Amino acid sequence: MSDFPVLTVTTFLPMAGAALVMLLGRDRLARWIALVTTLATLGVSVPLCLSFDKSKSALQFVEVHEWIPSWNIAYGMGVDGISIPFIFLAALLTILCVGVSWTAVRTRTSEFYAALLVSETAMIGLFAASNLFLFFVFWELMVIPMFLLIGVWGGPGRVYAAVKFLIFTLAGSVLMLVGMIVLHNTCGTLDFKALAAAKDSLPAAHQAWLFAAFLAAFAVKVPMFPVHTWLPNAHTEAPTAGSVILAGILLKMGAYGFLRVSLPILPEGVQAFLLPMLVISVVAIVYGAYVTLVQTDMKRLIAFSSVSHMGFVTLGIFTLEQSGVEGAILQMINHGIISAALFLCVGMIYERTHTREIKDYGGVGKVAPIYATMLAFFCLASAGFPGLNSFIGEVLIIGGAFKTQSWLGAMAVWGVALGTTYLVWLYYRVVMGKTNEGLRGLKLELNAREIATLVPLVALAVCLGLYPEVVLSYLHVPVAELLAGVKP
Amino acid sequence: MQDMIFLIPCLPLGGALLCALIYAWGGSGLQDLAGKIAAAAVGTAFAITLADFIGGESLHQELFTWIAVDTLEIPLEFTLDPLSGFMALIVTGVGFLIHVYSLGYMADDDARAKYFAYLNLFIAAMSVLILGSSLPVMFIGWEGVGLMSYLLIGFWYDKDDGRPAKAGQKAFIANRVGDLAFLLGMFLLFTELDTVSFAGMQTSADKLDPEIATWACLLLFVGATGKSAQLPLYVWLPDATAGPTPVSALIHAATMVTAGIYMLCRTSFLFALSPTAMLVVAVVGAVTALFAATIALAQRDIKKILAYSTVSQLGYMFLACGVGAYSAAIFHVATHAFFKALLFLGAGSIIHGMHGEQDVMRMGGLRKFMPVTWITFLIGSLCLAGFPLTSGFFSTDEILWETAMAGTQPALLLWGVGAITALLTAFYSFRLVSLTFLGEPRFVPAEVHPHESPKSMTVPLVILAGLALVGGALGLPEHLLEPLGHIPNWIHHYLEPVITSAHPLVPTDGDGHTMSTAAEGLFMFYSSIIAVVGILGGYMLFQRGPDRAGVLVAKMRPLHTLVAGKWFVDEIYELFVLAPLAILARAAAWFDLHIVDGLVNGVGSMSRRCAHKTARLHDGHLQTYALWMAAGTAIILGIVVVQLL
Repeated sequence: MSDFPVLTVTTFLPMAGAALVMLLGRDRLARWIALVTTLATLGVSVPLCLSFDKSKSALQFVEVHEWIPSWNIAYGMGVDGISIPFIFLAALLTILCVGVSWTAVRTRTSEFYAALLVSETAMIGLFAASNLFLFFVFWELMVIPMFLLIGVWGGPGRVYAAVKFLIFTLAGSVLMLVGMIVLHNTCGTLDFKALAAAKDSLPAAHQAWLFAAFLAAFAVKVPMFPVHTWLPNAHTEAPTAGSVILAGILLKMGAYGFLRVSLPILPEGVQAFLLPMLVISVVAIVYGAYVTLVQTDMKRLIAFSSVSHMGFVTLGIFTLEQSGVEGAILQMINHGIISAALFLCVGMIYERTHTREIKDYGGVGKVAPIYATMLAFFCLASAGFPGLNSFIGEVLIIGGAFKTQSWLGAMAVWGVALGTTYLVWLYYRVVMGKTNEGLRGLKLELNAREIATLVPLVALAVCLGLYPEVVLSYLHVPVAELLAGVKP
Repeated sequence: MQDMIFLIPCLPLGGALLCALIYAWGGSGLQDLAGKIAAAAVGTAFAITLADFIGGESLHQELFTWIAVDTLEIPLEFTLDPLSGFMALIVTGVGFLIHVYSLGYMADDDARAKYFAYLNLFIAAMSVLILGSSLPVMFIGWEGVGLMSYLLIGFWYDKDDGRPAKAGQKAFIANRVGDLAFLLGMFLLFTELDTVSFAGMQTSADKLDPEIATWACLLLFVGATGKSAQLPLYVWLPDATAGPTPVSALIHAATMVTAGIYMLCRTSFLFALSPTAMLVVAVVGAVTALFAATIALAQRDIKKILAYSTVSQLGYMFLACGVGAYSAAIFHVATHAFFKALLFLGAGSIIHGMHGEQDVMRMGGLRKFMPVTWITFLIGSLCLAGFPLTSGFFSTDEILWETAMAGTQPALLLWGVGAITALLTAFYSFRLVSLTFLGEPRFVPAEVHPHESPKSMTVPLVILAGLALVGGALGLPEHLLEPLGHIPNWIHHYLEPVITSAHPLVPTDGDGHTMSTAAEGLFMFYSSIIAVVGILGGYMLFQRGPDRAGVLVAKMRPLHTLVAGKWFVDEIYELFVLAPLAILARAAAWFDLHIVDGLVNGVGSMSRRCAHKTARLHDGHLQTYALWMAAGTAIILGIVVVQLL
């Protein structure tokens, strides 16, 4: 089994499924092929997680093949404890995307599922790549299906949103490309581990410039303040599955980039930018929360809350404390679970009512108690309710922030309080009160397929809230090694 | 019994899950079963607590490691020691009675299975709060009870134009503001001490810098003011009466609102390090007690009167904590749980019998219609008023006496505030009793037919009335028992091992028993006089209805308006907290849309405009190209010429 290219298979299985979908091209068959493919991908990724040796910091399941020998670039795959949880999450969320699109997507279905499956390949490949070149390839590959998902299957403003997303992302990745070329020219390799070993040959000034170049790409993806404005548009216009992929995985790619590229390879650059990064993170948390408070569109509200929540992630990473970084990674997973679930919830009710305006709702709890319970659960999880997953992430991040500079932690706590406020308001306006007249006659309660789509996320939120070691145990060793390299 | 502690929260949790399943998928026939399951779950939890309590040892149970990163290690651990055991006994005991009462009270509600699921979850969360061995585990319960309180206040969210839902929201957010301070305090302690377990913090508390200790204590105290409805975060509690009445009795009188006091007792070793924080606690407690008592004087809604009274009584408990009289605070928690739960359930029985009427001005003469409710309500009111030898008398007197004796300056001033509050309390209690039960009916008998409530409601009333009468036995002062020999004040003695007081409060002689029994007796005499005067005042003024007092009110119109308007604190909040929040949020959203995103769109449209302009250069006319070529040549020539010169 040791020679079995498990990572390559996990990565490209969805791509093969996409090809099959396009070839067979029949609408009803397409969703079944997509479902089987995504389930199979998760099936392959489970033994990956289980047989992973958590005590080692070296990459595992490594595959290296010659690719462009003249440039010393290889096709390299390999995972450590940081990437494993993301691969699992990506595999899981894509299944749920198929589940929520089952009846919602009615036009060009085979193309839709093909795009979805290609994006899964890009996501998993990105987390499995062991060199910067392959990382970049998957990074760019991700943009194409996402652009299509928003631009073809999106809402009324989809073209503006898709173009905005594309331009923002490409503007960022052009600079990453420049950074990559510079790194290649200076160090002669693009392998992550080799680059980390060669980091001392990079002068501090160089590192700062390189950090800035990569920051452009990563900050857009996270998104960090002030380059976040593509996100509300993209989320609002994207179909539910698109929003789930965006919130669940795509936003994590930027933060993952910091962990994979900036921290290990450019420690001096990190030190040079440390304070600005911390400040921007806290601004994102608080400012994002304030902006969220007055949103009137459910999807826009969750999108802005993502800005605030991702601020926690970058804050945690740049505390450079063990607890802060572990908390940040856990919080990336948590946010992937919760915001994906919230977008699923909104998408499910939108499919019935065709409105996302909060004021068109009210009293949903009376007619759809199971839906109301699900929404309440995920709002609580998002608000950092203790016993659920986000709480652990926030505690670890804020604990790390307190150790760095306590005012950072205090501001973050303020963000938590604002977070409760907008989520309680959302819940209050949608679920409580008198049943809105416009909702009469609609069957709002969830069906079995939709409940089955949400239940895995409920289970994960509870499980990670009560026993976070499930994820944290993967992180202890690699994060410790990562930080040992960054600390001056 | 050590391995059974986890069952105290887990049994109600399991009950809640069953009730939820019944609510979602069971038929209407199963709904009645839900209530019985819920009551049985809490009853069993009570039995386990009682067994552990009688065992008398401090027990610990570690389930598993919850969070372990770096130096932070938090096990999911429960501790049942005298303090938490005593609290758990109150919570599960009173909780059980209120479950039984709810079986009758909620019998006609369509969603009663949901109600019992919430109620059971509340008991589970409250048990976690009490039994948790560290601040984060306590915080699970802390947030849990806040959530259940939110859901239960808003239980009838579509009634009264959504007033209950709004009240629930207000409660949740006010609580969350307090929780913010709790979290900050916790992080501060973790940063300084590297541990957040109570045992761990207690051993390393000496390392704490006094100034940090003050900050940590004040932050924890702000957290406590949120949950326990003290100034300035008390505003949610009076509105919380929008929930079903048994909920008001259980959550907003007997148990949840005492969580703040419990937390202060649990962390008494920290407060011992900071006299400043202690003083703040005492002053806030005393001022809240007086402030809320004045509001209670002029309310018309029976549940609002009781709610303000609760705020006021909680103020007493904080006053006790602030002067270091923790066991007196816990004593008052217990007696208050009995008599205030009794009063709320009595109020529920009245409202039930009056078909939903809550305005005391439209009651009167009810004693003839509801004899059991009348007698039990009278007993509860006597306790609240501190009538001699009732439970409320002993606990209130204990607090006042220890306040007067404490080293906290200004002790006599604090005592004075407490004493005036006691007078007002006795007065409004008997205003309430007189307006409700005495005099002639002020409702239209043809429309309203008051009737006594069913057995499942009256039996808990009788049990609670019994407890309220004899509950004072838990803390009989030593000097009263002196003739019988050296019998220590039971609760004081019992809680002693787990409470750290900054200074011995009451002067003791060499053998450790208290001195100056004469002084203590004198204070007890004062307390009795105060109670009796207040009771007589309330009775005389209101026994024939509100008219006699109306004359008095007319003379003090501005003061009455101020008090009846609740000092207009809600309006002040609206103006100084909510409005700025809304303005700031709107400003941020505007900034985001027009400045940040405006810049993005601006860059976009600018480059498009530039492109359009440059594209115009290529208009396809040969003459234009020739012109531009000539111009370019001229410029280059010009540069060359300039350089040559």
